[in-house]
Amino acid sequence: MSETLLDVQGLRVRFGGGTEAVRGVSLAVDRGETHCLVGESGCGKSVSALAVMTLLARGATRSAERMAFAGTDLLGLDERGMAKLRGNRMAMIFQEPMTSLNPAYTVGSQMAEVMRRHRGASRRAALDRAAALLGRVGITAPGMRLAQYPHQLSGGLRQRVMIAMALMCDPELLIADEPTTALDVTVQAQILRLLLELQRELGLAILLITHDLGIVARMAHRVSVMYAGQVVESAPAADLFAAPTHPYTRGLLDCVPAPGKVARGAQLGSIPGTVPRIPLGFTGCAFRDRCAQAMPECSGDIPAQTRIPGHRYLCRLPAGWPRDAAA
Amino acid sequence: MSGFPPLRRIAAGLGAVIVLGVAFAAIFAPLLVPHDPFLQDLNQRMVPPSWMEGGMPAHLFGTDQLGRDYLSRLIYGARISMLIGVMTVITSGLIGITLGVLGGFFGGRVDDVVMFAITCRLSIPLILVALSVVSLIGSSLTVVVFTLGLLLWDRFAVVARTTTMQVRTLDYVSAAWAAGCSRSYILLREVLPNIVHHLIVVATLEMALAILLEAALSFLGLGVPPPLPSWGLMISEAKDYMFFSPWVIMVPGIALFVLVLGINFLGDGLRDLLGATRDA
Amino acid sequence: MVTFLARRALLALLVTLTVLTISFALTRLSGDLAVSIAGPQATAQDVEIIRKAYGLDRPLLAQFFDWVGSAASGDLGRSYLYHEPAAKLIRERLPVTLTLGLTGLCIALLTAIPLGILAAMREGSLLDRAIMLIAVIGQAMPSFWLGLLLIIWVGLKLQLLPISGVDTWDGYILPGIVLAFSAIPALMRLTRSGMVDALASDYIRTARAKGLSRASIVLKHALRNAAMPVVAVAAVQLGFMLSGSIVIESVFSLHGVGYLGWESISKNDFPVVQAVVLFLAIVYICLTLLADLLNAVLDPRLRAA
Repeated sequence: MSETLLDVQGLRVRFGGGTEAVRGVSLAVDRGETHCLVGESGCGKSVSALAVMTLLARGATRSAERMAFAGTDLLGLDERGMAKLRGNRMAMIFQEPMTSLNPAYTVGSQMAEVMRRHRGASRRAALDRAAALLGRVGITAPGMRLAQYPHQLSGGLRQRVMIAMALMCDPELLIADEPTTALDVTVQAQILRLLLELQRELGLAILLITHDLGIVARMAHRVSVMYAGQVVESAPAADLFAAPTHPYTRGLLDCVPAPGKVARGAQLGSIPGTVPRIPLGFTGCAFRDRCAQAMPECSGDIPAQTRIPGHRYLCRLPAGWPRDAAA
Repeated sequence: MSGFPPLRRIAAGLGAVIVLGVAFAAIFAPLLVPHDPFLQDLNQRMVPPSWMEGGMPAHLFGTDQLGRDYLSRLIYGARISMLIGVMTVITSGLIGITLGVLGGFFGGRVDDVVMFAITCRLSIPLILVALSVVSLIGSSLTVVVFTLGLLLWDRFAVVARTTTMQVRTLDYVSAAWAAGCSRSYILLREVLPNIVHHLIVVATLEMALAILLEAALSFLGLGVPPPLPSWGLMISEAKDYMFFSPWVIMVPGIALFVLVLGINFLGDGLRDLLGATRDA
Repeated sequence: MVTFLARRALLALLVTLTVLTISFALTRLSGDLAVSIAGPQATAQDVEIIRKAYGLDRPLLAQFFDWVGSAASGDLGRSYLYHEPAAKLIRERLPVTLTLGLTGLCIALLTAIPLGILAAMREGSLLDRAIMLIAVIGQAMPSFWLGLLLIIWVGLKLQLLPISGVDTWDGYILPGIVLAFSAIPALMRLTRSGMVDALASDYIRTARAKGLSRASIVLKHALRNAAMPVVAVAAVQLGFMLSGSIVIESVFSLHGVGYLGWESISKNDFPVVQAVVLFLAIVYICLTLLADLLNAVLDPRLRAA
């Protein structure tokens, strides 16, 4: 279970305007595990995922110390080599099911082309596989759906189509960028359950990007918390929820109401301030302006610490610092 | 993406220089011309431009088939082009903006009628109808201006209509309604000032089009009457000689091309400056 | 969609009626048509004879309904000059104009679409700027002047192509190029902006995430969506080209419908003028209807509605 499938170290993404959206992110996704990447919007989690897939918009530049997928060095691949992996061994689904499918082509032709491209499958064989997968993701009457256009499907159906399309070539890694954010709550639950089932069945590794800690609690084997372009804490899910160590992680968890634990009308936690824009050459902890524990040394270099093996965090505070120590 | 802003700014500046230069030539034509543009000198016909073999220093751009000084005719021709351009834009602008603003502002039946008028106008073959009108009423500068003015209002109407629709729903217009301002007050004081930058860009496009159309009409012999030195007419009169001396059509043709290019550059520059869209 | 098309057809009919009225009014602009026909040398007696012969002595309204009635049954009047039905004259000249228009459209599309795609793919680059400069220059080029230049340089100096008449197929190339010039800027801008939008869209990101080839992403996924408005505008541009071919036909001495119109105008052959105006207007109206239809066929979202 512990073979590393995706290994990213020191990933940086810079945009034209002199801002750095991702500042040295390291991530490892093992075969068959779900790794959740959590953070507020704008923290760089989607950009990191797009950078891994080499799908960044023009004007963004990427660099990394290491980026490997199943032993293949992704940094050394050109667009052609990357295209051979994408949709084939690593697939991605997006937040916007309404606009992520091409309005001009039928569901069937869009699904079939993935397999025809990567496997050289015949149209017939590709369509058969597409129909089988549509059935697998819980779409009834798959034969009819294949002939339909995206605008004839609801958002939930389109996201199922996107998932089925991502599975066409039996990928080893599925990157899911907020796959349920745009959907109704009931549909959300169905999609998440589907992902869990598929993972168990196919041994799929999933990099799940979300801002919803409820989803993390249900899905994740491992969690990485991102803030302002950095992973500030990374741990096995159970550890993270049991012993959150970075002040930001603690703040995030305080924002989630747990039924039964929070009294009616009680004040929920909140983190004051907003995510700052990080200029080039910024040093120190990006969270210090919003942190109750901030001290002068927070503007210097921040040490990466290990609470227990496998649980790392980026803060000068000692593991197990008491909540009210500095207050 | 901003691309190459300096390049765009250079083009816009060039456009402004060209348009102002031609306007200057048009206004001060009588003071600028070296010769009388209508004076024929049959002893000095088809003199090539002064830098070519056989050219004369007295005639910088040479003379035409009747011995008239080409440079002087060119300068007077600028008057015709600018006059046609400006007057046509005023006429067609008045018609188009009125229709477009009314349709966009009132919507419903009024808008249906305006849309219908625009559709009808677009269906009419422009050049053919302009030619017939000029031919039937008789060719003169006034007739050409009004014919083109009555035909070229469609883009004004389309842009005025769409932009008015957008402006109408904005908060400050709603606020003016709520404050009990009259319709005409809202139209003139709230709507018009907020769409005028789009209309200015349309005006440059239409001015360029009007100048090209006048030249085409004159070229076909049904624009401004001879001996007026319209650039289109100069090309038409010279085309029998173009095989032996191509410069006779080059001189007025380049003038026409440069002026229209200048207006388009200026229009693009204004669009950038005023933040208007191309067709709204 | 059926109701949409029915509405459009009704609108087209109303527009046709209006154009019918305008083309009738147009020829009555001069005041007295009989005087114009008779010419400056005619005596008052001649004018009277002509007035009677052409039915111009009848009330204006009666003349108008005559014109509408016969136009509806396909009779567009008789030429004073050729003593033949105007409809027949138009039919004889139509192949030339139609071939010219279609040649022009093909040249325009084959130039504008690849350049527009290229500009969009390199948005903001020097290449993009250069291509858009071509659009501005094309817009500023007086078509008749361009025609003359091509005649001098390509036809006469290089002797590559025939410069007048259409005895052979290559006679259509030069006038086709000139005609195309007027449509290229609009089509190119539209292709470019459509492609820029399409290439930035979520479904293109999906296509890339699927590992499709660059050709498939640009030509299949992006172009298909960007092409929808281009196709509609191309149909409308063809309409403008057909009615604008009058200038080019006279430059290249092509005896098409436009030339017929010009000739009739200069020779006071009013029934033919009237007929040509009406004919070109109807062609344009039909082309806009065709554009709506094409849009509906190309866009699956419209097809179902």
